[in-house]
Order: sequence, then structure tokens, then C-alpha cells
Amino acid sequence: MIRSLPSGKTYRYGYLLYVSFFYLFLFSPLLITCVLAFNDSNFPGLPWEGFTLDWFFADEQYRTGVFHDDRNLSALWVSLQTAIAVSLLSLILGTMAAFLFEQERFPFKQPLFFLSLTPLVIPGVILGISILLASNTAGLYFEEHWGIDIEILRPSFWLVVLGQMSFISTFVMLVVSARLKKFDPALEEAALNLGATRPEVIRLITIPYLKPALIGAGSVAFLMSFENFNTTLFLIGSDTTLPVSLYLQVRDGSTPLINAIAFILIVSTSLLALINLLASQRHKDE
Amino acid sequence: MSEYDLEVENLVRDFAAFRAVDHVNFKVEKGSFFSILGPSGCGKTTLLRMIAGFLEPNAGDIRIRNESVLGVPPNLRPVNLIFQHLSLFPMMDVKENISFGLKRRKIPQSTIDKQVDSILERVGLPEYGQKKINQLSGGQKQRVAIARALVLEPSILLLDEPLGALDLKLREQMKIELKKLQQQVGTTFVYITHDQSEALVMSDQVAVMDKGAFEQIDTPKNLYAHPKTGFVANFIGENNSFDATVSSSDPFRVKINSDMEFNARAMTGLSTGAECQLYIRPESIVINPLQNEPMNKFSVTVKNVLFDGANTKLLATIGDTGQEIMAALPQDKRFDHIQPGERLNVGVYDDACTCF
Amino acid sequence: MPYAGRLTLYFFLTPVLLWLFLLIVIPHIDLFVISMQVENDDGDMVWSLLNYQAFFEEKIYWMTFVRTALYAILTTLLTFIITFPVAFYITKVLSIKYSGFFTILLLVPFWVSELVRIYGWMILLRESGVFNHFLLQLGLIDVPIEMLYNDISMVMGLVYTSMLFMVVPLISSLEGLDDSLIEAAYDLGASKPVIFAKIVIPYILPGITSGSIVVFMLTLGNYLTPNLMGGKNSLWFTEQIYNEFIASFNWNQGAAFGFLLLVLSTFIIWLGLKLTRQNLSRALS
Ligand SMILES: Nc1ncnc2c1ncn2[C@@H]1O[C@H](COP(=O)(O)OP(=O)(O)OP(=O)(O)O)[C@@H](O)[C@H]1O
Ligand SMILES: [Mg+2]
Repeated sequence: MIRSLPSGKTYRYGYLLYVSFFYLFLFSPLLITCVLAFNDSNFPGLPWEGFTLDWFFADEQYRTGVFHDDRNLSALWVSLQTAIAVSLLSLILGTMAAFLFEQERFPFKQPLFFLSLTPLVIPGVILGISILLASNTAGLYFEEHWGIDIEILRPSFWLVVLGQMSFISTFVMLVVSARLKKFDPALEEAALNLGATRPEVIRLITIPYLKPALIGAGSVAFLMSFENFNTTLFLIGSDTTLPVSLYLQVRDGSTPLINAIAFILIVSTSLLALINLLASQRHKDE
Repeated sequence: MSEYDLEVENLVRDFAAFRAVDHVNFKVEKGSFFSILGPSGCGKTTLLRMIAGFLEPNAGDIRIRNESVLGVPPNLRPVNLIFQHLSLFPMMDVKENISFGLKRRKIPQSTIDKQVDSILERVGLPEYGQKKINQLSGGQKQRVAIARALVLEPSILLLDEPLGALDLKLREQMKIELKKLQQQVGTTFVYITHDQSEALVMSDQVAVMDKGAFEQIDTPKNLYAHPKTGFVANFIGENNSFDATVSSSDPFRVKINSDMEFNARAMTGLSTGAECQLYIRPESIVINPLQNEPMNKFSVTVKNVLFDGANTKLLATIGDTGQEIMAALPQDKRFDHIQPGERLNVGVYDDACTCF
Repeated sequence: MPYAGRLTLYFFLTPVLLWLFLLIVIPHIDLFVISMQVENDDGDMVWSLLNYQAFFEEKIYWMTFVRTALYAILTTLLTFIITFPVAFYITKVLSIKYSGFFTILLLVPFWVSELVRIYGWMILLRESGVFNHFLLQLGLIDVPIEMLYNDISMVMGLVYTSMLFMVVPLISSLEGLDDSLIEAAYDLGASKPVIFAKIVIPYILPGITSGSIVVFMLTLGNYLTPNLMGGKNSLWFTEQIYNEFIASFNWNQGAAFGFLLLVLSTFIIWLGLKLTRQNLSRALS
């Protein structure tokens, strides 16, 4: 049953078997994707034709490795830029929202807080289309009435950033709020009492206290943005992000090039995940 | 120049309709140890936070070394506070905690290092500078918190129940250490507690507080011997209390249960026929008093012996009335024979019966 | 905070209000407004219920809608059934020494982009895929079978994609459940099913609710998995929205679909919260 209680042999081994299968289920698609990135075949599948690094480094007519594939490299670059912009902006906005709802008192606080949670339960597709529609309406309005053409209101890099921010900020807000709730306001008072000014209190006490939450929320925000598809799809201009570009390639047939990109993504995100988890583990001990 | 470090005049603080601090007046002499003692929720922390500048009073004045500090923000007041839960900064080590205030004053690093080392020495924690806060024991945290405040050489150190979180043994030990430290550094301490033994042991002066107002300010000895109100009599030390009626005013005598009369001391103006409370301390009750000793004498029936080492008490009922009374039972073998059900003669001096 | 006055409040309030109104409230109002309009013969926008009428009259539209809702509920249920034993195993059965490691191991795959994970399944399951290769090699089949592009593979993909959002709240609420409660129930003679039904499940109900809400919402709004793993007939409602917006360029019709999807997801989440007596802020934190 649990560690301290006895249970039968069948139950124990049956349970172990189930959990083992679960982990196999969890990892098999990722493992196979990684393995096939090194298969010397023009098609991502078995049989194994021998080891090759062509899908990373080749620059031939029929085999282009990731590092020579301009289409995917530029998509990767767009995705990175988007993710950096979104995670920084969401971090600022989400943290401000956390402070607003944790430390300030004002009328209509409860309904506004409720509103700020909704982006997480609105399907991403709907966020995407409604922001697309609203920016289009606004763009038409500005053009008709004032004759000005506002770049940002057309599907473009910054519209994608705004669209992703709209729900990633809520996520940041929840993570930062959770830590802020545990913050003892007496620490701020202690600092004031020892002669610190208010900006010094924020810089020396509050922000360092929130640091683990900010790092954690920031890196998850980065990934959420980097991987976002549903919202991005509708807001994207001519610069395609990596998930959208990959989707188009996967839909129209695939080469081991995609495995190679997937391999790079898997390895780098796993590393990022591990660093992040280990860091949060360390902060838990403190 | 007055010799007072802190003067508080008619201080009032309301939370909505609730009055947390009600016209409080007191003065604290330079270099003295002043305690504010009162039950939980009586407004002690509120009072202290007004002195430290975290709350604005609704009325009244606070003067530190003769200068009113109303409107002065907390980071500019010459007082430091030891918080109820210490509030050491968990993200910094011991040294960073202690140097925090000095750094805010833009003191050069070399001077800071020297001062931190010397204060750590003084609170008995040399070599502890690099430790993390969560690596310290309760008593050590205590001392770091005190060092962090004292290093700034405040005019007044305010302490909000700093021993509350410690276990009993450590509390006893820290009580004595705190008193020693205060005498050694000579800083004025204003100490808040709901534990009377802390207040009585350490203080030069104690203010007893109830429901936002001060009941009495006095030396620990006087509070015990000459309480000015029923609340103080009840709150300081232990007391038996009885409903009584004044039967004559000169000599002052009161009656409990219509048939028992006591010679007593009136602490307020009480005229014949008035209702009052009669207080008798357990330790003032003498078991088997001498025949010719002039005192109130009566007999009791033993119900129980509540053994507690040096604090052992006798629980008994007075005469046949069923009214309960506690008496101290000295552990010097003389009374080891006492058993429940036994009848005993007891006495109490007139002076030890106080009426409010 | 006596010295942090109104100024701080406005400093925090202004960006939050801009965010919520410019990016959430106004776009959704606009979504609704546009869904209530159609283009007339002159190319002008006029008020009309035609978009909603089309939804109810075209069988393919509302069938897809109902299908999507039912499959999303099924996926949520399956996700819970599959992940609960694992969450329980990690927190309560596995030796404490390893449980941290296995929890981390559980989370790592979900940091990888959804597209990559689906792609992995595609290479495994398709006709020329890895499974078929092994089955042929072992002589279990003579001709390859298509295991991709049907409802089963689609639901499996949806479950796989959303497991994380169920398993994390389950693990954290199971961690809060003191072993001694289970021991006490066992000591009082309760059987395993009774312990699960009366002690464990009621205790972790808040975790189940929050996991289910997020899984349901993500499944309902998913586009990649049904599109890449589902069959030609496995239409998902988000694909309808996509078609209206990108292929037919009929934004008014697409807006109506989007609004209907929003109503559906709001309604089911509200129902779930009511049934388990939870509220949104608790379920999300
Ligand atoms: N910010 C506030 N708003 C409303 N009421 C308050 C506030 N702060 C304190 N009070 C009330 O004022 C009274 C006094 O509180 P205070 O914290 O001063 O008590 P205390 O004597 O320090 O108690 P303790 O010994 O438990 O710390 C309490 O009844 C409390 O409920
Ligand atoms: Mg207090």
C-alpha cells in the first residue's frame, strides 16, 4: 500500500511493472527521435543504415544539415528573440501584478484579480484570434480616421510578443505571488529600521528574496514562449517562429533534418530543465 | 537637558473603531531597562511600532532625547527594533546582516569590518560571521539580531518579545544574558513581554498594560508588594481572589460568605457596605500559625497537593463553604504528612490581604 | 506601509489595467462584436446572427463541436486514470531516496516542445514507422499497419501531451497527505479501495480539480495533436477556426466559432468548479 504498510507480491510487482511501462511510454518518442537524428538514411525511420552527422553539418544538394539550413536557422533566431522579449516583459508585468494583488488595497480588487487569472483558462487559439481581430479593427480605425498606418497592429513580431505576454504574464504572476505570500513584511520593516530607504529595501531585501521565483518563472516563461504554437499561429507576420516552421515541415513530409533540430531542442531544454529544477531544489532547502 | 531618553505623552492609536492604545504616558530614563508587560493583544506591539515609526499615532507625542519624532520616517529615527520574530535576512549571512545598517550610512568597509568583529565578540559569537542564518540555533539568532541593532549605537533599543520563540531553558538563560548585556553597553532598552518573570527579573521599571492603557508604572518590587489596581494584583504573581463586602472601615474589615471576616488593607477608597475584591497571595498564607500571632486565622480542608518542586501548592476549601483557596507549601519536610481530606489551621497577616 | 502611498498603487495598477483591458477584455468584446456581423453584398459589415445560424444548421460544424467537447472530457478522465497511480507510486510507495529523482525525470520530457513530442510519436506509429519495422522483423505481421491517423492515436497523443499538467498538481497534493492518515485507516481495518475512496481521493480533490481544468482547457484548445495525429475524419473544432481564418478568410464565421469555444470551455470549467466546490484562484495556485 504505502512504504510502511505490507502488501502482496502480485500487487507490488504489478505496480512496479505499470510504472515502468509508464516511463517507457514517456520517453520512447523522445529517445527514438534522438537516435534517428544520427541515422545515415534519407528517411526518419528504421532500418539503421549507420551513424552519420550529416543531418547536423552536411551542406549538399540532397542533405542539408541544421547548421546550413537557413530556413530553420532564421526561424530559430526569431523564436529566440520572441522568447527573450516575452520572458522579460512578462516577468516585469507579472511581478508588478503580483505586488498589486498581494500588497495593495483598492476598490474592485477581487474582480480584477479574477480577470487576471482568466488568460490561463482561455484556450490559446481564442487569445490569438481575438487579439488578431482587435488589432485589425484598431489598425483600420487609425487608418480611416487619422490616415496613419501602425505597424505593430498588423501580424508581426511585436503582435506575437503581445499575444504571448497576455497569458504568460498570468503564469509569472502566480509564481511570484506564491513566493510573495510567504514573505514576512517584518523583513522590510527591519531594513527600514536599520536605516534603509524604500528603494534600497526593494533592491536589497525584496528582490533578492524573490530571486528564485523570478529565475524559475523567467525560464518557464522563456520556454512557454519559445514553444508556443496556438496563439502565435494567428499573429505571425512574415517572420516564422520555429514551432510554426517545424509544423509546416512535419505536415508536408519529413526528413531526419527535423530529428536533428528536435535533438538539439531536447538536449538544450533538458539541460535548462535540470539546471532549473536543481536550483529550485537548492532554494527549497534554504 | 532632561535625563530621559524617551518620553511618550497621551499617545492614542485607533484601528477603525477599535482603540488599541489609549492615552499612554511614560518616561524612560537614560540607560535604564524599561519593560512593558501585558496580556496578549493589549496593544504592546502597536505602541512599540509607533515609537519605531511604522505606525502614526492618532494623537499624542513621542520625544526621543527631547525631540519629537512625529513625522520622522522609520529609517531616520535613532531607535532600533528587535522584532518579535527577529526578522533576520535569510538571504544574507551573519556578517551581511550586521553590516546592513552600517552600509546604509556609507561607512567605509574597513571600519564596518572592525565594528562587526567587535560586536560579534561582545555578543559571544566570534568567528560566526560567515554562517548562514538557517545554520544558527535559536539563542544564536537572538544574539545576531541584538548585534545587528546595537552596532548602530541607537539611543534606544526596542525589543518585542524577543524570547517568545525560545524554549524554556534557553529563555531562562537569555534573560540573564540580556540583562548583563544591557548593563554592559548602557543602551536604554524598552522591552515588551507578556511573561511577567522576564519583566520582573530584568527591568528597572515595569509598566503594566491592559486593554491599551497603562495600569501602573513601578519597580518590579513595588508592583508585587503594592499593586495599585486589581488587574495588577491579579496579573503580577499569583493571587487568590474573593468577592467581599466591606463590613467596617476603621479598622478596615471585609466579609466573605457572610460569616468570615478579615482584617485587610484598602487600596482604594472603600466605604462600609461597598462590594470589593479581596486578594490573598498563596505564599502569604502561613500553615499552622502560632497561637498568639496577631493575624487572620481560619481553618481549611485539604483537597489536593499539587506537587511542583519548589512551587508546590496546596489546594483547599475554606471552612465548610466550599470556596477554594491556594496556599504555597514549602518543601522543607515539615508538611510532608499533609493528606487530602485533612483539616488544617492557616493564617494570613492583615497587611497581606489587599482589597480593591 | 505608511510611507508607500497612492503613487505605488498607480505604479502597479496602470500596467496591469493596460494588460487586462487592451489584451484581454477589449479583444474578447471585439471577438463577440465581429461574430455578430456579416459582410453584405456591398462589402459593408452589418449586424446578423447568420454566423451562429450556420453553426447550428451545418451538421459538420456542431458535430465537430460536440465531438471535441466529448473527446476533451474523455482525455481529461484518461489522463487522470493513467497518471494517478504513477503520482501515488512516486510519492508514497517508492523509497524517499529515489522519489526526488523520479519526479524530476517525470517532468523533463514536458519541457520539450509539444511539436517534437508529437513528431516522436509519428515516427513510432506511422506505416513506415519504428513499431511496424519491429513487428515485421519479428514476423508478427506480414504487411505494415497504419497506427497513426485515427481517433485512438489522437486521444493517446492528447493524453501524452497533457499528462504533466495532471501529474504535477497530483504529486504536490499527495505530498501534503500525511502517511499517518493512511496508516490510521489501515489500522482501523479499511481495505485498499476504501482507503483510496475515503481518504486519498477526497484529500487530493483540489489537486485533481486544478489538474483537470488545465488539461481540459489545453486539450480543447489543442491544434497540433489532432491535426497531426488524428485521421482525415478526426476533425477538431480548433481546425474549423483555423480553416475559417486562414483558408476561407471568413473572419466573422471564425469569430463565432471562437466565441462558441470560449463559452464551452468557460461552462465546463465552471461546472467542474461547482461540482467540486472549488474556486478558480485556489485551483490555479
Ligand atoms: N493593523 C491592524 N488593524 C486592526 N487591528 C489591529 C491591527 N494591528 C493590531 N490590531 C489590534 O490591536 C490590538 C493590539 O495588538 P498588538 O499587536 O499591539 O497586541 P500585543 O499586545 O502586541 O499582543 P501579543 O502579545 O499577542 O503580541 C489587538 O486586538 C489587535 O487585534
Ligand atoms: Mg505583539
